[in-house]
Amino acid sequence: MNAPVSPLVASPQPLRPRPLVRIVIVGHVDHGKSTLIGRLLHETGSLPDGKMEQLKAVSARRGMSFEWAFLLDALQTERDQGITIDTSQIRFRTASRDIVLIDTPGHTEFLRNMITGASQADAALLLIDTSEGVREQTRRHCHLLQLLGVRQIAVVINKMDRVNFDPARFATIKTEIVGQLHQLGLMPTAVIPISARNGDGVAKHTSSTAWYSGPAVLEVLDSFAPARPDAELPLRLPVQAVYKFDDRRIIAGRVETGRICVGDDIVVAPTGQRARIRAIEAWPAPDRSAASQTASAGQSVGITLDSEIFVDRGHVISPASTPAKAVQRLQARVFWLQQAPLESGSNLTVRIGTAEVRGQVTAIAKAIDPGQLSAQGADAIAQNHVGEIEITLAQPLAGDIHDLNPRTGRIVLETAGHIGGGGILLATDEAKPQIPAQADIIPVPSAVAGGETAERFGHRGAVIWFTGLPASGKSTLARAPERRLFARGGMPILLDGDTLRTGLNSDLGFSRADRAENVRRLAEVAAHLSKSGIIAIVAAVSPQAEDRARARQIVGPDFYEIHVAAPLDVCESRDPKGHYRKARSGALASFTGVGSDYEAPSNPDLRINTAERAVDYAIADIETLLARRDVLR
Amino acid sequence: MDRLDELEAQSIYIFREAFARLKHLALLWSLGKDSNVMIWLARKAFFGRVPFPVLHVDTGKKFPEMYTFRDRYSAEWNLKLLTEPCPPIEAVDNSLPPAARSAARKTEGLKLALAKHGFDGLIAGIRRDEEPTRAKERIFSPRGVEGQWDVRSQPLEFWDQFNPRLPAGAHLRVHPILHWTEADIWAYTRREQIPVIPLYFSQNGKRYRSLGDADITFPVSSHASTIDEIITELDATKVPERSGRAMDHESEDAFERLRLSGYL
Repeated sequence: MNAPVSPLVASPQPLRPRPLVRIVIVGHVDHGKSTLIGRLLHETGSLPDGKMEQLKAVSARRGMSFEWAFLLDALQTERDQGITIDTSQIRFRTASRDIVLIDTPGHTEFLRNMITGASQADAALLLIDTSEGVREQTRRHCHLLQLLGVRQIAVVINKMDRVNFDPARFATIKTEIVGQLHQLGLMPTAVIPISARNGDGVAKHTSSTAWYSGPAVLEVLDSFAPARPDAELPLRLPVQAVYKFDDRRIIAGRVETGRICVGDDIVVAPTGQRARIRAIEAWPAPDRSAASQTASAGQSVGITLDSEIFVDRGHVISPASTPAKAVQRLQARVFWLQQAPLESGSNLTVRIGTAEVRGQVTAIAKAIDPGQLSAQGADAIAQNHVGEIEITLAQPLAGDIHDLNPRTGRIVLETAGHIGGGGILLATDEAKPQIPAQADIIPVPSAVAGGETAERFGHRGAVIWFTGLPASGKSTLARAPERRLFARGGMPILLDGDTLRTGLNSDLGFSRADRAENVRRLAEVAAHLSKSGIIAIVAAVSPQAEDRARARQIVGPDFYEIHVAAPLDVCESRDPKGHYRKARSGALASFTGVGSDYEAPSNPDLRINTAERAVDYAIADIETLLARRDVLR
Repeated sequence: MDRLDELEAQSIYIFREAFARLKHLALLWSLGKDSNVMIWLARKAFFGRVPFPVLHVDTGKKFPEMYTFRDRYSAEWNLKLLTEPCPPIEAVDNSLPPAARSAARKTEGLKLALAKHGFDGLIAGIRRDEEPTRAKERIFSPRGVEGQWDVRSQPLEFWDQFNPRLPAGAHLRVHPILHWTEADIWAYTRREQIPVIPLYFSQNGKRYRSLGDADITFPVSSHASTIDEIITELDATKVPERSGRAMDHESEDAFERLRLSGYL
């Protein structure tokens, strides 16, 4: 095979340092993005040798005269269908800038790809087709640019040749788009009439647009500035990891804003712990110059502290003078991209910086379709819609509102393991410090003594804990003694695991940690009731022996563990909630009995096989147990 | 911060995210200029260590200079080197054009290495400016069980929030230098004094711009015999970097087909 050999030309010019600006190009499908990009590359002499010939050949093969789009639409499907599927990046130079042009798809179904591209941009070119004017997708893109924090925007009105370069038509579209951008607080730097196909207005203006006095596209690109992380804002250093490779304990992360200096007093959010910066660590080992004593916004660093405080991924290091807030409840404006709508009550994972915390949507204040500019019902945010929501977090995390810090005021939402949306923090309610000062907490004793309740109810307080596989009969067995105890004047309260998951425990999923927390909370509530003289009847799968042991520890001596021991095949054949069927079909992950393990108690206070023993006999067994332990009088 | 500082900081950020998010990582080391920069960046990210193995998927057809380089620097840099062989050409899809078919041995070798070691993340040194399908890549790019790239449904990447979840049996490709250019690689290599294989420098009027297998990689005409001269040359050239890689040019979509089925 012959080697493709081409001569390289040596340039007499040394390399000059040039600012690098990332510009996203957005617009409705078929409004001419690819043509404009091709034209920009051509006009700046950026096309590699042989590219034009290759594009002509590709176009001819598909029976077209000449198609610029084939330059960026690298994928076979894109070329065959004439659409851009995914975002792409291409480089060229203007007179004074290196430009990374981020091409994005215009089709609604590829909006997530458009966001992936646009969230990296310093500036935007918004393209509108003269004959079509401002369309749905144009409005969506305006909203997205606003939410992504892109503030430098130039509008390009394309295909002016189709309307004979009519200034009146240009003025109409200009008024409309400028009005919409203003509503979002955005101010375009220019609105430019062009014909990308012919080249009018791209590198320079031609006689066709003699009535227009503003810049051409290349000139406006040449005026955009890189958006840099702000070193003047207060320090924010989100922790990515803590490394212990040698005798140092290095806290690693990127300085999002501000500066960090050796000797600074810092505070860690959300824990509130304080320390002082001992050193900025680096490899190769830094010299002892002043430069190694400080780091600023944008730098990835490693630091060591003067004291061994607890620091973990997701924590944020900030100055003791202007600390990051510990946020537990927040309001955010978000764009939602998943097919399933974001609803009030939806559970999700919230990411801010390197922190990741479970949360729940506790309110939806606003929901709009940015394409239609019409408000929707405020109970859900549909796919590709924008909304204002309130989220309550399971644990506090460090955050800032977007107005105060654009870098740490960004929020990303994840459901079912996929990023589904994101936006900006509008407001936060400060959380209590994560580690409360125990000394300041003084429990208040009940005014009613234990003897008094026993007198009235005819029993002491106790916890009856039913554990067993799903559909083993726990709820049935729990409800029967509840009824019996109540009938004889007692005070039973049923704590059903599933029922409490709709409220108290609605922020919990089914991971190992969440199940443990679920059991802990059930135990805490049950313990409190039992201390007030009530018989708390808990019905919960509680599959892990370790978690049940902790529940026994929380409750104390009046904890009675009852294993509802129906065999798995019996449980599965009952399947009153259809869970086994779902789990077997793969639709229900980590379902006990099918997807995860159940650890049967080795030494329960009582074991009842509901496949063999009728409910009435089982109740009698339970009453015998309670009487024998002097719970019942 | 100048541009190289910014590129470096972003790459270190990505390395640390990958290390925090994935359990069984390996860094793919092809011994070329890009993956050498990657190893350097990893050492910066982790304070002198590379805390995961470096994997050389070896076609057995590299230039002798590359093997010499590998053996010297894996020892000098204290790397945990894994070398995995590739299956013979007969094992590769025979509908591919010859050079692409030869290159695809590496994809097959990669699949075998993944199965053998159970990696959930592979750090790879591709760059967007090299080739148009690479320009469409994500930083965290999920691959199917067969290593395939589903370009139609790539995950959302918001700012620097990457998607670390992956279905069972699949893996993630992590691309810490996706945002660099060829010129950036050379400027950084010069600044940091990172060793390079001599094949990149001009001898008898020719040099390699991109190193692959000896039988399907060709030199370009050039008189650049120092890094300074290479940088000056790149500033003016209109010749694509991979013009010397035969498999890219055999048919309109030869390279796309390679990449969709798991090639880097």
